[in-house]
Amino acid sequence: MSSATPLLETRSLTKEFRGFRAVSEVDLTVSEGSVHALVGPNGAGKTTLFNLLTGFLTPSSGSVLFDGRDITGLAPEQIAPLGIARSFQITSLFEQMTLREHLELALASPTGMGRQWWRPVSRMSVFADRSMELLDQVGLADRAGVPAGSLAYGQKRALELAIALALDPRLLLLDEPTAGMGIEDIDRTITLVKRIASGRTVVLVDHNMHVVGSLADRVTVLQAGQILAEGPYDEVRTDERVITAYLGSAHV
Amino acid sequence: MSEFIQYTLQGLAAGGFYALSALGLAVIFGVLGVVNFSHGACYMLGAVISAVLLAELDLGFWPALLIVPVVMFCFGVLMERLLVRWLLALDPLYNFLLTFGLTLVLVEAVKMRYGVSGLPYEVPAGLGGQVTLGSVSLSTYAIFACVFSVVVCVAVGLLITRTRIGMIVRAATEAPERTRALGINVGRWVTPVFGFGIALAGLAGVLAAPTRAITAEMGSNFIIILFAVVVIGGLGSILGAVVAGFLVGLVEAYGIAYAPAYAQIVIFVMMALVVLVRPSGLFGREEIA
Repeated sequence: MSSATPLLETRSLTKEFRGFRAVSEVDLTVSEGSVHALVGPNGAGKTTLFNLLTGFLTPSSGSVLFDGRDITGLAPEQIAPLGIARSFQITSLFEQMTLREHLELALASPTGMGRQWWRPVSRMSVFADRSMELLDQVGLADRAGVPAGSLAYGQKRALELAIALALDPRLLLLDEPTAGMGIEDIDRTITLVKRIASGRTVVLVDHNMHVVGSLADRVTVLQAGQILAEGPYDEVRTDERVITAYLGSAHV
Repeated sequence: MSEFIQYTLQGLAAGGFYALSALGLAVIFGVLGVVNFSHGACYMLGAVISAVLLAELDLGFWPALLIVPVVMFCFGVLMERLLVRWLLALDPLYNFLLTFGLTLVLVEAVKMRYGVSGLPYEVPAGLGGQVTLGSVSLSTYAIFACVFSVVVCVAVGLLITRTRIGMIVRAATEAPERTRALGINVGRWVTPVFGFGIALAGLAGVLAAPTRAITAEMGSNFIIILFAVVVIGGLGSILGAVVAGFLVGLVEAYGIAYAPAYAQIVIFVMMALVVLVRPSGLFGREEIA
């Protein structure tokens, strides 16, 4: 696998906030088709790294390459159409829009319809079937017409996934998809992510080792903005430095 | 009873001015996160430009109804491009202060050019009389202003709920980052949305011109009531702005009719009550994270 072309690559990626290095000289390589997990204690720089990859933050130095193309410094709305979709750690859904509208908005954005602003939404019914298909995939088909604000927490996270999928991304960045979930929702989400990950490349941040262990082909451990260790889950799990820095003896 | 109906109509007509302006304020706040203090001054400019069009170019109410919103749209575009844009990245307080300063400049400029006494304006031909329904006699213009505001609010409502741009504006209002992550260029819509909001304030000014004294200061009291409207409706809520606009117009009209000494206070008492019971306003979202 390691010989395959990397889909995503960062070179000495660094982000400084007023002298504080949130992400420091990170060289990350994500191979096409893999599920790659980023783990690390709070403040290790995982979310900052996500924001650098998706254009929400501009790196202080270093570069980001997607499929061999330098995307450093591009805006989020330029990066998304290239085939990079992300989910958000905080559920920032459009509370008053219905589930179907969420998906129509996402489905319409990469098409030429973005320029036809006067078009009635009803014309977007071309997306109706695809919207329902996506909602069905995450088990929300029966809630298509309700506003997102009325969903339960686990359902909101599932909708997040459906929206990210609507962009049909080559690279899917999931920021703590199981944060705040009960064990049942976690297992359902693992199954869901497994299903949607097929044929795509996924980078995943999660605190839950059960989630990381079940999903990730490869794990990168971050600490204080730097890469501490990297490798397959079982290897990283037993790494002495990782155990001391992050997992703690109780986990082993 | 007939008096009550008259007050109701007057209230709804005044409410129409508030609703249109508050709608502009809400859209601007939603998409840019800017609290535009100069909204009252833009309303004043709308009325003043109507009076100037009449005096200098002999263009009456009907052409003004078309020309003024276009002029104010352009004014809004310039304002966003030349001033507001540069402060967007900073704390929202900076744009609040900027638009406050702009208000002082606009008011003083109008005073210098047109003085402090009111500019003359008349109710347009054909809308001057009274309509008599049984024992109730109502001002034709008030009926027109009321119906016109409702029609514009409904039209804007349809634009926002039924078109793609509306969908984008709603999405960007709630979660701009999220919208950008979907590949939608929110920045492209910022300038036109700002111009549109200012044009609505200008339109309210034209509508108010035949019934209010047109002075440089006419926006000063207006903006204070407008903030009450927005707080009652829920900051950033588009439906809230419209409903609260008409509500405040009604309360104000009843206040003036039945308790003139307390007319202004009543509005702010209502605002205080709403904030106590529902801090996010009648139509605002509960959690503002």
